[in-house]
Amino acid sequence: MAPRRVRALVDLLATKEMVVVCGSGGTGKTTVAAALGAAAAERLGGRVLVLTVDPARRLATALGLGDVGNTPTRVPDSALAADCRGELWVAMLDTKAGWDDLIRRHAPDPSLRDRVLSNPLYANITGRFVNSHDYIAMEQLHDLHASGGFDLLVIDTPPSRNALDLLDAPGRMREFFGSRLLQWLTVPGRSRLLSVASKPFYKLADRVLGSRFLEDIAEFFVLFQAMEAGFVARATAVERLLTDDRTTFLVVSTLEAGPVREAQFLVDELRRRHMPLGAVVLNRTLPASVRQPAVAKAASAMGAITSDSASLGRVSSAAGKPVDAVARVLQGVAEHHREIAVVAAREAERRAALDALVPTTVAVPTMPTDVHDLDVLRELGSYLLGPTA
Amino acid sequence: MNPLLDRRLLFVTGKGGTGKTTAAAALADLAVRAGKRVLVVEMDAKGAIAAAFEVPSLGFEPTEASPGLWLMAMNTEDSLREYLRVVARVPLVGRIGPLARTFDFVADAAPGVKEILAIGKVCWEVRERHYDLVIVDAEASGHIVAQIDAPRAIRELVQVGPVREQTDWMLRILDDPASTGVVVVTTPEEMPVTESVELVQQVRTRTKVDVAAVLVNRLLSPWFDGTDRSVFDALSSDRARAALADAVGGKAGSKVTDVLGAASLAQHRADVAAEHVARLHDGLPDGMPVLFTPELFTKASGRRVVTLMADHLAAHHAAELHEGLR
Repeated sequence: MAPRRVRALVDLLATKEMVVVCGSGGTGKTTVAAALGAAAAERLGGRVLVLTVDPARRLATALGLGDVGNTPTRVPDSALAADCRGELWVAMLDTKAGWDDLIRRHAPDPSLRDRVLSNPLYANITGRFVNSHDYIAMEQLHDLHASGGFDLLVIDTPPSRNALDLLDAPGRMREFFGSRLLQWLTVPGRSRLLSVASKPFYKLADRVLGSRFLEDIAEFFVLFQAMEAGFVARATAVERLLTDDRTTFLVVSTLEAGPVREAQFLVDELRRRHMPLGAVVLNRTLPASVRQPAVAKAASAMGAITSDSASLGRVSSAAGKPVDAVARVLQGVAEHHREIAVVAAREAERRAALDALVPTTVAVPTMPTDVHDLDVLRELGSYLLGPTA
Repeated sequence: MNPLLDRRLLFVTGKGGTGKTTAAAALADLAVRAGKRVLVVEMDAKGAIAAAFEVPSLGFEPTEASPGLWLMAMNTEDSLREYLRVVARVPLVGRIGPLARTFDFVADAAPGVKEILAIGKVCWEVRERHYDLVIVDAEASGHIVAQIDAPRAIRELVQVGPVREQTDWMLRILDDPASTGVVVVTTPEEMPVTESVELVQQVRTRTKVDVAAVLVNRLLSPWFDGTDRSVFDALSSDRARAALADAVGGKAGSKVTDVLGAASLAQHRADVAAEHVARLHDGLPDGMPVLFTPELFTKASGRRVVTLMADHLAAHHAAELHEGLR
């Protein structure tokens, strides 16, 4: 919350075109992405798009939106600050629709396009293929960036088993098209059976999967391979965009043990991949005052009032409540304060570890309510980017 | 209802950050206390199960962490190797490395193949009865349906062949509520509750696997109820705060507002949590067991947290867990 740090995030956003918000699940990634997008539109102006995965419905409603789909939807001005300088747009990632768009774009002719779209394996791959949404997220990001329609893109990354799946998705897609397996699978059936080089693999695959299944897969990939050039070029471009200095990564974490461990891991991996880390956003932190010795002392002194009948009487009459009830509540406050202080101490230790690891950390305090109304979203934005001018 | 620990196979899932691994470990701990032989399988190999039980990193070969408790980390290449050796009897054990890597591409591209290697191993352990109970620290909520649905997906795709035959017995185990159940772990917060309600619906519509229970973890209890609530509010008034500051005195006296502020923050969070619990109840099918474990205000992590969670479950939810649990 130090002013220098808040400033740093504004400066960062002013010079970037894409912000990839990542981090462990349950840390408030979607909310941070939405608040960041709104705050950027209000303070920096321009057209800002938040591409989200699965916004809490109340958040969408708060933004004045009903169903948000694959296509960017503009957030009504009434939902933003009166002096908002820019526009806020929201789009939601839809894996199935994303794949369909992709096939339509890369298919060399309509008949091949229709054969792919109606292939049962295709439906399964788009619906069930565990990592396919990672690739689609990166694809859509590239597309929206290339469209030039937006000054700033904020992407809330899909819940990944592992955030690295997302970063590796374009490379894996390219690798897949270049793999021996695909080449082998797409050789016409007869010569595949005769090919000596592929024999051990064929035996193995046949034993495990059955040759009929392999034929089905092969047929699908023959269709798919016709789109290879388009896919490979695109995957390379997406990968380049991720390491470009117009892009920045924000890692969102709470100060709980699990998310912090994941954030540290993510920071290391981003560095290793030369992907530009912008800042770590620490969400839902406790107020620093909780840890102050004077505050802890005040809390236990409030509990001790209960054994001083004169003081207790004065406090009770000031509160206008019965003495025994006031004593009970004061004791409760003193006991519970120790619990929060333990949590705050744990948070401080982890924050110090993160501060040592990354150049910029921005802390957002825990909000008294869930963030599903505009006022709280705006308050969150002011912690991220500082107050509006 | 079938008590959780009387089943043979439990998948513990939930949104990341809800305490899914601790919950899986606590259930395993309780089953061991009830005298069962338990295998815990970590699906995503992040080392969380090893950290929860404070043991060195795990491999595919189960290790006995304490009497009756075995732990293993899933690895699809090892699973494929075991499948080939035991079921398909392919004598390629030494040379499978590069082939398995190529195989990875099929597994990545063909739906369900990787998943079935993992789920197949889990079901196999259940079928062979090496353990009384297998607990899977499963994929996060986004992936669990694809995981438990893999045998059916494969069945639909593969017309003939050895894999299809394998799916029959897997489905018999998975679809039987007396033997298999899914436990969805959540926290009383906006997104985790929304996702859990959706997940329960998805598991029930897309698969035949029984959702055995929802576990609400890190529940914050309200500090004050009823009249004490209004007493707390009255103590936050300007007059009462001045009297409190006076009674406390000195530098600490000036910090009374900070103490009350922190208390009020905690109180608000507990209220919000209660709203989300109500929303969860509304969104779940009637009769679905919902278990609660509290936020632990302790500095401990690892084994101690597992024990505390298990103790709480044993004290408050014995009936849902196991007939004979004390």
